[in-house]
Amino acid sequence: MTEVLFALFIFMLAAFLGFELISKVPPTLHTPLMSGSNAISGITLIGALIAAGSEENPLAIILATLAVALAMINVVGGFLVTDRMLKMFRRK
Amino acid sequence: MRETLIQVAYLVASALFIIAIKLLNSPRTARLGNGLGALGMALGAVATLFHQAIGRYEWIVLGVAAGGALGTWMALRVQMTAMPQMVALLNGFGGGASALVGLGEALQKLPHGDPPPAWLLTVGLSILIGTATLSGSLIAAGKLHEVLTGRPIVLPGHHYQTASWLIVNVGLMLWAIIAPTPLPLWLLTASSLLLGVWMVLPVGGADMPVIVAFLNSLSGLAAAATGFVLQNYLLIIAGTLVGASGFILTTIMSKAMNRSLWSVLFEAVGGQVSTASAEGRTVRQISAEDLALMLSYAQSVVIVPGYGMAVSQAQHAVKKLLDALQKKGVDVRFAIHPVAGRMPGHMNVLLAEADVPYDLMWEMERINPDFPQVDVALVIGANDVVNPAAKTDRSSPLYGMPILEVEKARTVVVLKRSMNPGFAGVENELFYKPNTYMLFGDAKKSLEAITQALAES
Repeated sequence: MTEVLFALFIFMLAAFLGFELISKVPPTLHTPLMSGSNAISGITLIGALIAAGSEENPLAIILATLAVALAMINVVGGFLVTDRMLKMFRRK
Repeated sequence: MRETLIQVAYLVASALFIIAIKLLNSPRTARLGNGLGALGMALGAVATLFHQAIGRYEWIVLGVAAGGALGTWMALRVQMTAMPQMVALLNGFGGGASALVGLGEALQKLPHGDPPPAWLLTVGLSILIGTATLSGSLIAAGKLHEVLTGRPIVLPGHHYQTASWLIVNVGLMLWAIIAPTPLPLWLLTASSLLLGVWMVLPVGGADMPVIVAFLNSLSGLAAAATGFVLQNYLLIIAGTLVGASGFILTTIMSKAMNRSLWSVLFEAVGGQVSTASAEGRTVRQISAEDLALMLSYAQSVVIVPGYGMAVSQAQHAVKKLLDALQKKGVDVRFAIHPVAGRMPGHMNVLLAEADVPYDLMWEMERINPDFPQVDVALVIGANDVVNPAAKTDRSSPLYGMPILEVEKARTVVVLKRSMNPGFAGVENELFYKPNTYMLFGDAKKSLEAITQALAES
């Protein structure tokens, strides 16, 4: 129980930090912000990696490998496409 | 010792993510921010490979190779006009991965011992949010890619059915907590898939910016929920940051449409086309040549792009017109409505692709006071976001939505394919105003004709 409670403290702090960090993003950057932050949410990859390397049951292995693949699309696709977009933004 | 080093790597990765999101705040630093985010991700992933629980690598290699190749291919190949569906797909895959990790962890742990109810609740949330994000995003991407109709799909009694699905999901979660076996978790997975489909099916095209931002937020929350399942603080921090950023974007988009997230999800608009059309009224048309002349004598021109510009891929033609006008000494700016297009910032990305400098793109609040001093407002494929009925007509479905006040400009010219009403199915008074001209046809062809005429004059 205390572990979940401690994790909730972290969650709360991250939520407040997130609101503070994002509230001032100029509308021009809304799309890259979405794709870039979305790539960051692909961090679930690390959970998928551990599962794919440690599971024994065949069904669990399939689920974990699929999770690794999906998370990798999210991460690699997200960072690359964001970079492609941001490269195009320039001043006069 | 090894475990400590991995946790230190996660700590550094968390810091890199926070810095990355901070740097995404400004166009000058955003690219660096994105790079630091990627660095944090690489650090976290590589450190994880040394985790002592990992006994073999063949499945990891397979998943990483397949996902990495597919992700690279998608990112390099996608057209800028297809970016809304790309972002929707990426949201969905992230959510799906989180749900699979949560489900897999639970299936592995359930046979060994009695897991605490709080932990089972986090498992349920991770499956519910992640899976609904996956199926909802696939539907959204299908609508954006026009595989599915962009019009809302509403079945009778929709509200009750959505509510019933939510109740079923909550019931399955309770079941999983009271009797921790794989069966309720599998049922929850199936039921959450349907919930996501159910949630997005009735959402129409013009509401897409809200729903894409909302799914973005959910994909972050799914990662955070999985972080609770795994007791992994890096997942909790990164997922929550993304959840918060998506939530803020959702709020901004809802405000720009004067609708609540609730009404977007539960009250579809745009299905019915208003029949109270303006019969007997006529609009004034203008030729490309006359418009070119008008523009060349103008001092100040504001271009208002909308979804029509994206559909006709006219952004490069817009840039050529911009160059031609600037050469004649005309002051040209762009007015961007927050929900123009199909996702937050859609117009900005397209114009940036065509090499339009971002300091020429003005947001709504900043440019609205200037319209009375504007000689020509050139509306390219935008409709509802410039409809004055939003300010004056209490009976209009658009009433209360903040708009770009182009009708205050000295002259308004609307480039439009035909007289069909906009997405909301609402007649636009703007077209009948005495200072408005219409130029019918494909936006790209019209723009090329104007630029051509400018060059010859």
